Amino acid sequence: MIREVLRSIFKKPATNLYPAQKLVMPEKFRGKLKFNPVKCIGCKMCMRDCPTGAITINKVGEKKFEAVIDLGKCIYCAQCVDSCLKKALEATREVELAQQDIKKLKVTYSDESGNEPPKEA
Amino acid sequence: MFKDLFQILIFPGLTFLVIFSLFAEYFDRKLYARLQNRVGPPWFQPFADILKLLAKEELIPCEANPRMFKLAPLFAFTAAITAFLYIPLWQIKTLFSFNGDVLVVLYLLTIPTLSFFIGGWYSTSLFARIGSVRSMTQLFAYEVPLFMGILSSALLANTWNLKEIALFYSAHPWFWLFNLPGFCIALIALLGKLEKVPFDIPEAETEIVAGSFTEYSGKLFAFLKLTLDIEMVVGAALLAAVFFPFGLQMNPFAGFVLFLLKIIFIVFLLSLLRTVMARLRIDQMIDFCWKYLVPLAFVQILLNLAVKGVILK
Amino acid sequence: MHNSEEFKIPIGPQHPALKEPESFSVALKGEKILGIEIRLGYNHRGIEKAAEERTYIQDIYLIERICGICSHSHSTAFVQAVEEIAGLELPKRALYIRTLIGELERVHSHLLWLGVAGHEIGFDTLLMYTWRDREIVMDILALLTGNRVNYGINTIGGVRRDISKEQAEEVLKAMDTLEERTKYYIELGLSETTLVKRLSGVGVLTYDDALRLDAVGPTARASGVKRDVRKDDPYAAYGEMDFKVITEKNCDVYGRTLVRLKELMEAYQIIRQCIKNLPEGPVTIKAPRKIPAGEALSRYEAPRGEDVHYVKANGTEKPERVKVRAPTLANVQAVKQMLKDRFLADMPIVIAAIDPCFSCTDRLVSLRQVDSKDKKTMNWQTLREYSIDWHRKQGIDFKKLNQKLKTNV
Repeated sequence: MIREVLRSIFKKPATNLYPAQKLVMPEKFRGKLKFNPVKCIGCKMCMRDCPTGAITINKVGEKKFEAVIDLGKCIYCAQCVDSCLKKALEATREVELAQQDIKKLKVTYSDESGNEPPKEA
Repeated sequence: MFKDLFQILIFPGLTFLVIFSLFAEYFDRKLYARLQNRVGPPWFQPFADILKLLAKEELIPCEANPRMFKLAPLFAFTAAITAFLYIPLWQIKTLFSFNGDVLVVLYLLTIPTLSFFIGGWYSTSLFARIGSVRSMTQLFAYEVPLFMGILSSALLANTWNLKEIALFYSAHPWFWLFNLPGFCIALIALLGKLEKVPFDIPEAETEIVAGSFTEYSGKLFAFLKLTLDIEMVVGAALLAAVFFPFGLQMNPFAGFVLFLLKIIFIVFLLSLLRTVMARLRIDQMIDFCWKYLVPLAFVQILLNLAVKGVILK
Repeated sequence: MHNSEEFKIPIGPQHPALKEPESFSVALKGEKILGIEIRLGYNHRGIEKAAEERTYIQDIYLIERICGICSHSHSTAFVQAVEEIAGLELPKRALYIRTLIGELERVHSHLLWLGVAGHEIGFDTLLMYTWRDREIVMDILALLTGNRVNYGINTIGGVRRDISKEQAEEVLKAMDTLEERTKYYIELGLSETTLVKRLSGVGVLTYDDALRLDAVGPTARASGVKRDVRKDDPYAAYGEMDFKVITEKNCDVYGRTLVRLKELMEAYQIIRQCIKNLPEGPVTIKAPRKIPAGEALSRYEAPRGEDVHYVKANGTEKPERVKVRAPTLANVQAVKQMLKDRFLADMPIVIAAIDPCFSCTDRLVSLRQVDSKDKKTMNWQTLREYSIDWHRKQGIDFKKLNQKLKTNV
């Protein structure tokens, strides 16, 4: 034991200095969801399968849909990604989702690029 | 008069001791972390901890005896600092010296443990009381080998005065090597005094929360923490003075650096020991002290008597 | 307690030795334990009831969250039961992947346990080292499944993710490192004096007691009971795996440590076999949303012991009844026996040695009317009346409160 601990002095510490040094998540990581309104056909399978009711699909026009995702409710199981028939939903690698303001946790996706608009719910 | 006050309060007394012991705590914690392959705290962490505690509200349990509860940390703190004044640091002379001061230092170092007992007992918390009883039980186990280890060195020097011990070893340069078993005994006993793993039984976190300190908070707790740090430095200084009494006649600056190195070395050994061991049970601890440490201390005393009778004659 | 020698101390619901709230009331005489009272129920979350209100797909994720450590065990046990009712024949590849993840989970759980055990006996270096090595397996799990803790790999009718060649290589590489580390820990466990002193002879549970008290998992195996669902009633791909059931004759905490360490070595072998023999083919088959009426009992060897799930289906999208028996519930009774005539200092490690997971265990809360004469158990109606009455006495005006709630919503 003594040999092992003494060797540790000369080793680099195993700690990740987190905020300064960020880890990259693996490729298939289930992080924040991304919604593509162009592909969505409004079948609402994702709403039906979501275990926590975090996702809501609203009809905003003729064949146009927007998704409201409550990041506070979402448990990042990505079941909606599996359930989606047209692959309109996608899990990203983004994990730093903490917010000071609870309202910012509700994200609405409606523009075609699929990016999160500045609009607040 | 003014010089004495300066020496007691500023250097090498109170102020220096507090700062140095906080540094020693940093060294201990950083080393502990690095030995465990972690990063460890930044250098100002112990200072920040103490400052934070000093700023916090102190709560006294309503069933506790407030006077004893408040006095215990102060007693412990004062006793630990006073002990430092009698130890030769980097010169042969000490601030104060009289015949038998090595015993006084040892007894002054016992007072903190007694104060922890009193503070824990009068805080009336169940966990604190169990911790207090444990620290007293432990005291009787490690105190005997500690005394025997340290006094065996004094026995060889034929004096119970720390200054004269230093003088003797300056006259007989390599005689401190005879005391190395005694150093090992005293080092292990010191772990018990400082309540560090494997002898941190009185404050075993997973069993009795924080032992005697459970109810302490704020300034009083800051004093208790500081006392433990100071005890570590004073204990290390005592061990250095008794077991490594070399280099005391160099120029003051080089001597001072050597003194710091000696303390750091002893703190290093303490940290290393607490890294590689698990906490013992109180019965195992007492078994170990009486079955192994005390007989070893007897061997040391016999060895020193033999050296005295054969070589020094 | 003032001058008497005997007193009671509360270990929990909040105590540094317990990672989850649960109450142990210990009667002490000096350092000696005279008796111990266990009260479960601080972690009741009503998961079984919630499972009845959700569809089968949603239930997978709910059931997975029964436990943070053995999440795969619970979800596999649940989907196995559902698949049995629906009469689904799973593709081989799916079963192999389930086995693989199950064993990776065992590796991470046992390494976690070793660290916790080290902390409970004040050996923090062991905690730091094992948890550092545990990161390797956590990263592997994130790579394969997409998350570190709640893997979400199971679905009804198979698994959700396939394993690629490169991923398999990564797993094998990690297993080599972990195997070397585990060998070091075994050696450490055999040689480190203070460790052996604190663990051996502590928390003795004899073979007969283990049978009588229905101990499961490593707790039972350390007492010489050769009981392992993976061998006795093979599920997933365990029937095709070559592995040993580890037993020890020590009957104490030291034996439980050795069993877990040796099981780690077996787990690495199973993982290697899984990857080597991974059959080709699909990983899912289509499962119906409505499960036909029927019932099934599913057993799973979780890292802590046998996990039992019972599912009753009534032909709709939602189950009629889900019952979970977590391994800790079987083991917690043995703690009383283990702590008989031991010391207070042994208590944390003995409790930790069954690897308790109290939030998995708490399936039921019963409230007793202590202040009334007959002290009977309260039902829902009386509890509701009691609480409304109590709040009224505190001076809360419900009319105002109701209005305020309405306007806020």
